[in-house]
Amino acid sequence: MVKLTINGQSHDVDVEPDTPLLWVIRDTVGLTGTKYGCGIAQCGACTVHIDGKAVRSCSLAVSDAAGKQITTIEGLAQNGKLHKVQQAWIDNDVPQCGYCQSGMIMAVAALLKDKPKPTDADINQAISNICRCGTYQQVKAGIQAAVAST
Amino acid sequence: MTEIRLPQLERRTFLKSAVAVGGALALGFGIPFGQKARAEGAAAEITAWIVIAPDDRVTIRIARSEMGQGITTALPMLVAEELGCAWENVRAEFVAPEENLRRNRAWGDMSTGGSRSVRTSQDFLRKAGATAREMLIAAAAARWNVPAHECAAQDGVITHAPSRRTLRFGEVAAAAAAVAPPKDVRLKAPNEWTLIGTPRKRLDVADKVSGKPIYAIDVRLPGMLYAALAQCPVFRGKLADVDETRIAGMRGVRQVIRFDDAVAVVADGWWQASQALDALAVTWDAGRNGAVSSDTIAALLRAGLDSAEAGVGREQGDAVTRLAQSPTRLTAEYHLPYLAHATLEPQNCTAHVVGDQVEIWVPTQHGESAIAVAAAAAGVPPRSVKVHKMMLGGGFGRRGIVQDFIPHAVKIAKQVGRPVQTIWSREEDMRHDYYRPTMMARMTASLDADGLPDAWHVRLAGNSIIHTLFSGGFLGGGIDKHAQEGFTDDMPYDVAHFRVDFVERNAHVPVGFWRGVSHTQNCFFKECFIDEMAHAAGQDPYRFRRRLIGKHPQAEKFRAVLDAAAKASGWGEPAPPGHHRGMALEEVDNAFMGAVAEVSVGADGALKVHRFVCAIDCGHVVNPMTVEMQIASGVAFGLTAALFGEITIRDGRVHESNFHDYGMLRMADMPKVETILVPSGGFWGGVGEPPSAIVAPAVCNAIFAATGQRIRSLPLKNHDLRKI
Repeated sequence: MVKLTINGQSHDVDVEPDTPLLWVIRDTVGLTGTKYGCGIAQCGACTVHIDGKAVRSCSLAVSDAAGKQITTIEGLAQNGKLHKVQQAWIDNDVPQCGYCQSGMIMAVAALLKDKPKPTDADINQAISNICRCGTYQQVKAGIQAAVAST
Repeated sequence: MTEIRLPQLERRTFLKSAVAVGGALALGFGIPFGQKARAEGAAAEITAWIVIAPDDRVTIRIARSEMGQGITTALPMLVAEELGCAWENVRAEFVAPEENLRRNRAWGDMSTGGSRSVRTSQDFLRKAGATAREMLIAAAAARWNVPAHECAAQDGVITHAPSRRTLRFGEVAAAAAAVAPPKDVRLKAPNEWTLIGTPRKRLDVADKVSGKPIYAIDVRLPGMLYAALAQCPVFRGKLADVDETRIAGMRGVRQVIRFDDAVAVVADGWWQASQALDALAVTWDAGRNGAVSSDTIAALLRAGLDSAEAGVGREQGDAVTRLAQSPTRLTAEYHLPYLAHATLEPQNCTAHVVGDQVEIWVPTQHGESAIAVAAAAAGVPPRSVKVHKMMLGGGFGRRGIVQDFIPHAVKIAKQVGRPVQTIWSREEDMRHDYYRPTMMARMTASLDADGLPDAWHVRLAGNSIIHTLFSGGFLGGGIDKHAQEGFTDDMPYDVAHFRVDFVERNAHVPVGFWRGVSHTQNCFFKECFIDEMAHAAGQDPYRFRRRLIGKHPQAEKFRAVLDAAAKASGWGEPAPPGHHRGMALEEVDNAFMGAVAEVSVGADGALKVHRFVCAIDCGHVVNPMTVEMQIASGVAFGLTAALFGEITIRDGRVHESNFHDYGMLRMADMPKVETILVPSGGFWGGVGEPPSAIVAPAVCNAIFAATGQRIRSLPLKNHDLRKI
């Protein structure tokens, strides 16, 4: 049994301790906003926050997340108000197919927490998520809008 | 507030409102209101495309699939333009494929590909809107007892000008649904449009930023199990033996299912299934393709370049004889690899089979084909199948004609007797695709005294998509002209003696439609060789192209986009220090594109694409916002292929497995994409596929300008770009 705190709620999950956190979130807990893309921490579709830091959950054993604060895309909005990154994504029409965007948004939210005014180089370095639709230009516009909104 | 309904909910609206009607045309006509009218507060269906609720909310139904290209917004815009509703009240919902069959295909073709959604449905969608508008007006006029021609509809309100009375759409929707649809409706002229051509935000974004379960891979059903699938790594091979010893007692593992060509493990969770699948000892029978490699396939194609027999796609004059007699010839050979689609959502399908009833949740570009495929897999008639069309986590042609992600999933669920979600691992997805074919080209040309080609022979050799996907009878005369697109009547250049021919050499590797299809090869061959000819003639590539565009019926459009790209890119003016430019020109899916890439190549050979200017004339532009985004998307897609894209074959199987060895463009690599819309109007072109074709040649021509190196094969990761 592993004790997880996801979006402020605690879950006791009966899984093998080496199960990747991604699959526990998706299949055991049932939060499907976090996506499977590659399983080898290449694409970032599975990005969640662990104690506020962006982590690729496909490559983290669930036992390593025990006792930590896990936030998924479903928990990013607070008190019914979208996170500024989500709002910026809506305002700038960022998603196309949208499949990568949960992870993209989580990665950007963690970046902005760390660096409220990231440079272009900061963004290129920190946001290495794969978007197969190639929304990178809109993602950058969204980041700039989110920065400006604070 | 606009919204996209979750596909799961849509079925209920359908079951409530749908009534079988016979003989409907492509434009679905009004449903006899019958009992539905008595249901208080019910939304009324006014033509099959439009449902209007008493609170004025307008639901517009979409037959095509949404995979990021923006049809969830563009197609309703076409309807709403004529309907005259308030855009803010519009929401979209997918048509259930089985309803389309049940209602005699009232919504027409559901296949989504070839950049066809807008251009092939704009006519009947606008008519559907206009028809509904006339029905609403007729209902209002009847209520007021005035002639309909004295009434007009705008922003969801019908006004009788003489008496200054008004009625909202929601107030007359129920009555309008009972009005006989007019036989003929007048469509607005383009200069009367107020919605088409204006930038509109997508209707499906809110769900996509909040992690809503809108994709097939997100479906969760009571009692659902998960399956991981391994197909024979050598295409056309068989399953020989499975030893289950090593998975005995593995937690959560329920069942091993054997197929002729595959094996699946069913478990409580997908990770458990996947772990058990990896642990299984599986023996495959590779069949007779176990020794095939990229090298043997290349040899097959190279021999094709010398073949005496070839399917001629276009011939004028006598290029072969002229070239044989020409004292000086310019020749070059090009070679392009297989490419995978790599949709970020891997192939998956959730199925539930109860008796002879089959229900699937699937990311499909072709809902009706999904019915047929699922029915065949389950051995039931098509009418027993329900397909939940979900948002697609990428499509790019992977999920259209071929629906190979359905049969195993349906058979697994049938055998298990519970809902099962079958997910292909990324590795499985990478190694079992219908790939963009590998292709070679040999160019031979002679230049006249002015430096322009007077004879040009294009010899292509490669795999035929058409023959792979549509066996028997599809090709009149047997010549695959599709593989020659870009060189046939869609080529803008005047060459007195010209011939393009194709030697079909198929390997065992399955091939299919990949965003941009044969243009992704032929635009590279053509536009790179044009650059080579310009260089040989000592002429500027822009001026050379301009001189060569001659009597083509669309010459003006080609010239306009070429000029627009040249102008916007600063062609002919000094580039920033260290930057170099390359150009390309192509027509794809009835859209005309001119492009200029601006690159630098470091002393260490490091390539940076700084800027990509793409001018496009796609005729009428419905939503300029999504058009611009599709251009940027296509550029990223094309650049990914140019830089990294290569599927190689070893021992009959695909070597690449995931994004570490099948690289993807990331933020740091993304050039600044500048889209120049030069819509000439008067026609409807596509935008989803075209731009991906034009990237590689523009970039490679820029690399030549920077380094003097001719790039005749891709991807660029295989080339040493240090200056020679």
